[in-house]
Amino acid sequence: MWNTVFPYLLSGISVGGQYALIAIGYTMVYGILRLINFAHGDVFMVAGIVMVYMAASGLPLWLCIVLDLVATAIIGFAIERIAYKPLRTAPRMSIMISAIGVSYTLQNLVLYITGGLNQIYPKIPWISDSITIGSATTKVVTVVTPILTILLVFALVMLINHTKVGMAMRAVSKDFETSQLMGININSVISTTFVIGSFLAGVGSTLYFTNYTTVIQTSGAMPGLKAFVAAVFGGIGSVPGAVVGAFIIGIAENLIKGLDIILFKMGLISKPMGLAIFSDAFTFALLIIILAVKPTGLFGEKSIDKV
Amino acid sequence: MKKKLDLPHILTVIIIIAIYAAVFIAEQHMPPTSMLFTVLKKGATYALVAVSMNLLNGFTGIFSLGQAGFMLIGAYIFSIFTIPVEHRGIVYQYYDGGVIQFTLPVLIAMILAGLVAALFAFLIGLPVLRLKSDYLAIATLGFAEIVRTIFQWDKLGPVTNGSNMLRLFPTFNDFNIKNADGTVAVYLSTIIPMLIAGVCIAIILLLINSTYGRALRAIKDDEIAAEAMGIHLASHKQMAFCVSSFFAGVGGAMLAMYQTTVQAKSFTTAMTYEILLIVVIGGLGSVTGSILSSFLFVAASEWWLRFLDQKQVINGFEVPLLRNGFRLVVFSFIIMIVVLFFRQGIMGTKELPDLFRKKKTAEGGAK
Repeated sequence: MWNTVFPYLLSGISVGGQYALIAIGYTMVYGILRLINFAHGDVFMVAGIVMVYMAASGLPLWLCIVLDLVATAIIGFAIERIAYKPLRTAPRMSIMISAIGVSYTLQNLVLYITGGLNQIYPKIPWISDSITIGSATTKVVTVVTPILTILLVFALVMLINHTKVGMAMRAVSKDFETSQLMGININSVISTTFVIGSFLAGVGSTLYFTNYTTVIQTSGAMPGLKAFVAAVFGGIGSVPGAVVGAFIIGIAENLIKGLDIILFKMGLISKPMGLAIFSDAFTFALLIIILAVKPTGLFGEKSIDKV
Repeated sequence: MKKKLDLPHILTVIIIIAIYAAVFIAEQHMPPTSMLFTVLKKGATYALVAVSMNLLNGFTGIFSLGQAGFMLIGAYIFSIFTIPVEHRGIVYQYYDGGVIQFTLPVLIAMILAGLVAALFAFLIGLPVLRLKSDYLAIATLGFAEIVRTIFQWDKLGPVTNGSNMLRLFPTFNDFNIKNADGTVAVYLSTIIPMLIAGVCIAIILLLINSTYGRALRAIKDDEIAAEAMGIHLASHKQMAFCVSSFFAGVGGAMLAMYQTTVQAKSFTTAMTYEILLIVVIGGLGSVTGSILSSFLFVAASEWWLRFLDQKQVINGFEVPLLRNGFRLVVFSFIIMIVVLFFRQGIMGTKELPDLFRKKKTAEGGAK
């Protein structure tokens, strides 16, 4: 029984860590701008594509990773400046539509550049190697992801709670206008948020695509949506909440992928039910349930205006 | 609103009749493979779906992203009930011909498609419509994804054909009236879809201009004030959501007929985004705008801008950048420009009759 469940659990923890890194970007941007950045999943995908092209250019791999992360951060910064900043005083619906437009643009640009073909993600030494833990054979990245995620989140929480930029972020997310009156340069705070969010999405993409090995223009959509659900589940605006939510969703999703086999081994069903296709749907069902029952999420602030 | 027929309304009616007449005549005399008819068929379908989305997003202020899900329900219900019994063995080859062994007439199947979509909308609306803007958007989007999965589930195969394609149901070409020897006597394959879309849009227009429609606009402007005026928020939102989904379902049925095949995996979030962007280009809150921009969007993507996807050599000079996918890039940039700089879209909140009210500018805008 345990031997059947364990591999799914392990890959769930790994995927959960990768979702967590994306979810942080959603939750931080939402905390400050009250905007669902629909383009965030596509930034994550673009990070993967940039990495593919850099590795193909023959640069050493470590340099590629560094440059990829820098490029992703710049893309996040540029998107905010071009597509969201001009609409700061516009109704919220306009900014959301702009975000959807950016998502559409990024996907089409990548479709044009790659010709719509699956791109093979470069093999990064060591983390692509396989190891065997207990009953599961997996890649090193599966083990590295949760550790790296927790380290990065710890650093981020320190940044938010103990630095001047972090204090400014907290102030802006509490009250946009008042913090402006207090002399906080909100534009630079918002840019910082986008840079951090995109950087973490870049790290997430390195780990995620090492695991799944191919990138295509639609690769970012589903992980992006799931990470958003994770952010809502954990209580949007809360970084630790997003991380916990992401791990729960990652694990649940992978357990559902293996549900047929697990139930079969337990003797509960006699033939496969094809339940694995519900792994995506489950995430959204969870979203609708959590919004209906506890809209503030697990760790959310009480007074958010969502219902 | 008084039922007075003033000049702008008469002009509008004349223009609409003229367009339908022109399409009918063109259809009898031009080769049926002409791109014009493809555009008109697909445009009519998209126009209906875009107007139904505008009813929610533009008129009621409910930011819903579930359109593809309701279209999927409509497309499936329509095709499941209209595949002729003799073809079911081929279509449902992995499921022993499926469980449904009867067919409904096309029109009834279309209405049924709308009703089932509306029923789903009612059920999902109960928990979801309580949510505010972006949460509602993401919840409806999630709903569309759930629907897409359920329709592909192997266990439902005898009804939905699992993840396999549904085909061989009636298409737009079956509207043509044929002679006994199989040659087409009267071409109706373009005019009928346009009429169906026209009737549906007219019904939506009647709703928008009724007391209900004004209540919906009040909700969009200020929910609290609307409630204070005695508008029951929940029931009005629920009604708008169901009506919009009904017509999205009918639109889905039309899309099925246009495509001649239906497969759940093609009804993605990207489809919803595309329709939303059409609505935005036309102007949130303008039915005329949604219709115009649907036809423009379809014409540009299927016909006028196709050349961007192929290599072009002019006098031995190869135009750079042109290759597969460039059309979509150009499209995306046009959309971003509209979203960022022309937030009103083509029509803003104006309708066709409004264009005639400003005396001289009348001819320019109406086409």
